[in-house]
Amino acid sequence: MSSSSAFNDEKGGSSSVGEPEYGHDPASGGIFSSDYKRHDDLKEMLDSNKDSLKLEAMKRIVAMVARGKNASDLFPAVVKNVACKNIEVKKLVYVYLVRYAEEQQDLALLSISTFQRGLKDPNQLIRASALRVLSSIRVTIIVPIMMLAIKEAASDMSPYVRKTAAHAIPKLYSLDPEQKDQLIEVIEKLLADKTTLVAGSVVMAFEEVCPERIELIHKNYRKLCNLLIDVEEWGQVVIINMLTRYARTQFLNPNINESLLEEGGEKEFYASDDDEDDEEKKAEAAALAKRKPYVMDPDHRLLLRNTKPLLQSRNAAVVMAVAQLYFHLAPKAEVGVIAKALVRLLRSHSEVQYVVLQNVATMTIKRRGMFEPHLKSFYIRSTDPTQIKILKLEVLTNLASETNISTILREFQTYIKSMDKDFVAATIEAIGRCATNIGEVRDTCLNGLVQLLSNRDELVVAESVVVIKKLLQMQPEQHSEIIKHMAKLIDNIQVPMARASILWLIGEYCEHVPKIAPDVLRKMAKTFTNEEDIVKLQILNLAAKLYLTNSKQTKLLTQYVLNLAKYDQNYDIRDRARFIRQLIVPTDKSGALSKYAKKLFLALKPAPVLESPFKDRDHFQLGSLSHLLNTKAGGYQELPEWPDSAPDPSVRNVEVPEWSKCTSRKERKEKKVEKPFYSDSEGESGPTESADSESDSGSRSESDSEQTGSGSESEESVEESQSEEEEDEEEEKMKKKKKVDKSQPKKSESAESDQSSGEEQKKERKGVKQRRSGSESESEEESESESSESESGSEEDSESDTDTRKKKKTPASKPTAKDTKKESKKETKEISLLDLDDFAPTSSPQVTPVNNFLSSSLASDLEGLSLTDTVLAPTTIAPSASVRMYELLHRITGEGLGVEYCFNRQAFSPDPHMVAVQIHFTNNTSCETKNLHIEEPKLQSGMRIKEFPEIDMLPAGESVSVVMGIDFCDSTQAANFQLCTHTRKFFVSIQPPVGELMTPIFLTENEFKKEQGQLMGMNEISDKLTLGEKCQNDHSIIERVNATANLGRVPCGSDKDCRFAGKTVSSGSLVLVTVARKEGGGAQLTVNCEKMVIGTMLMKDILHALMQ
Amino acid sequence: MIHSLFLINNAGDIFLEKHWKSVISRSVCDYFFEAQEKAMEPDNVPPVIRTPHHYLINIYRDKIFFVSVIQTEVPPLFVIEFLHRVAEMFQDYFGDCSEVAIKDNVVIVYELLEEMLDNGFPLATESNILKELIKPPTILRSMVNSITGSSNVGETLPTGQLSTVPWRRAGVKYTNNEAYFDVVEEIDAILDKSGTTVFAEIQGVIDACVKLSGMPDLTLSFMNPRLLDDVSFHPCVRFKRWESERVLSFIPPDGNFRLMSYHVNAQNLVAIPVYVRQNISFFESGSSGRLDITLGPKQTMGKTVECVVVTVHMPKVVLNANLTATQGNYTYDPVTKILVWDIGKLNQQKLPNLKGSLSLQSGAPKPEENPSLNIDLKIQQLAISGLKVNRLDMYGEKYKPFKGVKYVTKVFR
Repeated sequence: MSSSSAFNDEKGGSSSVGEPEYGHDPASGGIFSSDYKRHDDLKEMLDSNKDSLKLEAMKRIVAMVARGKNASDLFPAVVKNVACKNIEVKKLVYVYLVRYAEEQQDLALLSISTFQRGLKDPNQLIRASALRVLSSIRVTIIVPIMMLAIKEAASDMSPYVRKTAAHAIPKLYSLDPEQKDQLIEVIEKLLADKTTLVAGSVVMAFEEVCPERIELIHKNYRKLCNLLIDVEEWGQVVIINMLTRYARTQFLNPNINESLLEEGGEKEFYASDDDEDDEEKKAEAAALAKRKPYVMDPDHRLLLRNTKPLLQSRNAAVVMAVAQLYFHLAPKAEVGVIAKALVRLLRSHSEVQYVVLQNVATMTIKRRGMFEPHLKSFYIRSTDPTQIKILKLEVLTNLASETNISTILREFQTYIKSMDKDFVAATIEAIGRCATNIGEVRDTCLNGLVQLLSNRDELVVAESVVVIKKLLQMQPEQHSEIIKHMAKLIDNIQVPMARASILWLIGEYCEHVPKIAPDVLRKMAKTFTNEEDIVKLQILNLAAKLYLTNSKQTKLLTQYVLNLAKYDQNYDIRDRARFIRQLIVPTDKSGALSKYAKKLFLALKPAPVLESPFKDRDHFQLGSLSHLLNTKAGGYQELPEWPDSAPDPSVRNVEVPEWSKCTSRKERKEKKVEKPFYSDSEGESGPTESADSESDSGSRSESDSEQTGSGSESEESVEESQSEEEEDEEEEKMKKKKKVDKSQPKKSESAESDQSSGEEQKKERKGVKQRRSGSESESEEESESESSESESGSEEDSESDTDTRKKKKTPASKPTAKDTKKESKKETKEISLLDLDDFAPTSSPQVTPVNNFLSSSLASDLEGLSLTDTVLAPTTIAPSASVRMYELLHRITGEGLGVEYCFNRQAFSPDPHMVAVQIHFTNNTSCETKNLHIEEPKLQSGMRIKEFPEIDMLPAGESVSVVMGIDFCDSTQAANFQLCTHTRKFFVSIQPPVGELMTPIFLTENEFKKEQGQLMGMNEISDKLTLGEKCQNDHSIIERVNATANLGRVPCGSDKDCRFAGKTVSSGSLVLVTVARKEGGGAQLTVNCEKMVIGTMLMKDILHALMQ
Repeated sequence: MIHSLFLINNAGDIFLEKHWKSVISRSVCDYFFEAQEKAMEPDNVPPVIRTPHHYLINIYRDKIFFVSVIQTEVPPLFVIEFLHRVAEMFQDYFGDCSEVAIKDNVVIVYELLEEMLDNGFPLATESNILKELIKPPTILRSMVNSITGSSNVGETLPTGQLSTVPWRRAGVKYTNNEAYFDVVEEIDAILDKSGTTVFAEIQGVIDACVKLSGMPDLTLSFMNPRLLDDVSFHPCVRFKRWESERVLSFIPPDGNFRLMSYHVNAQNLVAIPVYVRQNISFFESGSSGRLDITLGPKQTMGKTVECVVVTVHMPKVVLNANLTATQGNYTYDPVTKILVWDIGKLNQQKLPNLKGSLSLQSGAPKPEENPSLNIDLKIQQLAISGLKVNRLDMYGEKYKPFKGVKYVTKVFR
């Protein structure tokens, strides 16, 4: 002791004067044996400069802490090591520090500077851990330092540090609640964070610090819903619970119509539950619904939809959280989905079962139908612990209905034989409850219970008598038979408790069995002296009651019994006898009381209510601690009632208002315009725009500005509707005039609108034109003639459209050489196209746009066409310049046969899951090559090849192109196969660049955002880059992205962003690409793809392309 | 959230305590001891105990009570689930979750607990991340450590916490790349006396051991995914793909993990692979009884039934059993009243039989209930539900992994 006290003096009398328990603790054994020298040892070791010694000392100290031994006197020695280089020593010091800092505040301050330094470390993990320890030290003086650190960390670059900051908030709050306002600011800021890492932690902080500030959630609601699935599981629980509360305040009750009715008929519902009743109600509900239609808020739906997959979580807490969310928020019809998941939890650990069953019990009272299909899952196993058994019994009882009662009762019968007596007692009670709830089986139950009266086990008998008593009390008139039967039983039953209960029953209902009751009393009087005390008391009761009702027959008997009792050994019985005698036997002395004797004894006793202990528990949020305990736990947030009228849903809007307006307009428009054509044209617009941009860089900037205008589709609806009308007129006009001079009015108008960013008009027009050209294409010749005249590629509606437009717009002003060249090229193409039309008039787009070998490829194209009797999917024609040829077989290795291939970016019509690969054979030899075909594909698992039809003969010097399809299974693995000629075989392989594994799809900006929102978290990859010199404008970005990947352009509101969308060919997973330009040539590239691998590779490729 | 944790052994010793907020005296455990006494059996201790100032939420696992102290409202399942996760982590680290193992590795335990919770809120519960932070003890390492004094704390800073795939650590490298999947199914059935099935269901799990380098993206598909009635997944599985295509697509954690658990609820489908003829009777007069159990195979699809163990929970009055078994051997524990008959492999030709007499406590009334039989068995290479793994594909990495699937069926009750 002396050394320790000396030590304490040294420290300046800190609060923890040496704990005397050291020496006496036998458990502390070996290392912990606690002579004080040992502590000196430790101090020495800590002071040494060998890390291994320090570590050993720290380990011992932590072991002491772990066993709950006081190690506070080592504080100064330990704190010195806070700056130790060795990571493990450091960690252990942290552990120690956090444990004891509260007790030794002054000394703890010594360590603060270390952490402050750590907060500035370039490594995010060190910053985070410094903040973590700093905030865990519960020393009030450093509150300002903590506050500062949290604020700084909340705007840290690293999401992990921000997460730590969120964790630190409740710590600071518990240390100093005064800081609440400032902390709320931080929470608000962190709530806006978009990373999954932070979301769970900040909501937890929100729940601890300011759960009442529900308005902070508004702006983040949709984001939280969308992120939810990627948040770590513990965060999910917290977020779901919070959102349940939020939804209760913000949305309308989806069951409002039913619940109104339920209030009226609930009791009935619970008691009898007739089917007709239900139907009636449904009818009524329907009627009511008509009167007052309920429309679910889309945000409400969003929450329900996004939480549903989490029912499949492996974490029971998450499943429960979703279950309670559905229970509290979902429309009645949808709640059912949670039953299966909850039943699954019943196979988990017994503690989990315990909690889940409690909640299921509550749910079954309100929504019985939900669990009825799973009845058998609640059957009891002999190995279940008693508490689980009793809960299962509860659930089974709640689930009992007319249809299943017989099975349940049969099951109950086996339970009664159980060895677990508490359980048996509970079973008997459960039978009683079933009997009260379901009228039809009441008699069966009663009979069964009566049989139990002969059970050897006292507990069983007592319990059944009690239950029978309760049952009979409800309708005594109908059950005089049973009372008679019980009266007979009294001869056989020996269990005193049961005898007593029977006597009480006979006494109570002696009026129903007027003949038997006196006889029973007679028998009892005979055996009175041999009875147990409780039976004697009941005999006295019986006698008294009979005396009052039937004094003629029983007067003497009563006298006799009272006399016997008067001399009984038990004072209780003597007392009772005296009391009863005074009350019932009229004497002159007896006062007013005797007049009321009958009222006293035979007062109508209220029938006991047999109901579930889980009734009314549902006002607590399910799954909460409060619900489990059925009392309010500290910090429990009440689940608010539904509001009567929905609060303004617009508070959750986060997009700029312009946007929402725009979408609604678009939708409107979509409805107006004939759908298929509209959507088709939209589908094309992206790529085609880029197509014409390709060919004509002069007109580029113009069309660009048009595109950018499209997002802010102008509020001036008046103007637009005008132009629409104009369009309509125009259309009619055109139909009359047919194609002759349709370009005239167009041009003039476009001239007008070009000045103002009147893209919407143009779009409109495009839509109209689509309609027109669509209708035209129905009439074959028309389209033909038109295409020939306006020299636009008629097979491709949209292309023709844009081209014509462009032509109309540009010919006078900018007839550049390039343009003409292209035209000429087109001319040749058109010829072939026209031929095609003759050939297969319905289909169109199988043509490859690769100009060089157009003529020769025609044959193969036709072949392809003959294969396609399927619908012509709207394909896009990629700009020919971007098609890169790859070498498959060099002409030297191929002995004169040169083979090249390219990805022509067309849908491979025989199988939409395949990537079309165009193969171009050139025969450089002097003799002809025969029987070109593919053999023995060696493919990765899952890959498939659709071979091209065998080429019979390739004459010398000629070349031919064919198209084959390969399903790469969305991987960039090479497809290996043999290319055979009539003489030789060549091993070749085709490896696709990742960008060729996708096809463009069209999305509106809003759809794009929505899809992107669903592909957050690990499906999102983003990176910063510096754009290459030649790649500073939108045009070149689009060009390069399109060259790299076969993606469609998404129209977009801001001129800084370029968006692209596509899906993988094989599995159809979405691929979304966003390039956001920034000042100074920088840009942010984001790729969202469900297939992370593809996303990553695509990212790399696009980055590469853009940086050049 | 979680305030403190106490580990208590069966004898009632608190052998470890850990506080995440300010210290709570261990006297709070007295309420727990009270409840424990009342409950008689450890199974029956209520998981949530209310005390005047705190709430105790506890689980019982491997003969240890994990008692956590909380002060404010928190979903009880949240705490329970977490405590189980802690126990599993101990098992993962030390091989078993016993008192001895915890005491031996008290420092590691403490470090683990420190990392798993921050201020009572779970921080890192993924085994992959924790193993990066704190290396599990191995014999070799502990020897090296004791000589060199180096630590078991990872020298490198963990990056898993930062990645978008939090369950997988970065930079995994193996020379042999392999992925094994165990399909383990358990039949859970209640039979009545005559042998008809009252209730039967199949619960299955797919446990995986994946040792693949880099960031593999795996796709596992089944021949007959419609069979599965209800499933739950490891967080790595992409739920959308499952919903749309019924394939499991995931980036696996490194090492052992449970990929999914499922449930096949088909009364008719479930063929119980064995049948039992039992006859246990007690005589009214005289304190004795007779027992006769015969087991036979039924619908095993040509596979051998192994590791057959029959467990009978005898009524309390049975003092001893004097039996003869034609195959295997039996033990009877008069304290717990459990009769265990270990048969081993089930022989088609000669059916195993256990026969003999039971001696009862004299004077005690004859037990009313026939004891229940639990049967455990194992069938290799057979998933009783008929579930079959179709194929496993890997994307994202170039090498070819070695793949294996094993099917096991187990039966309880």
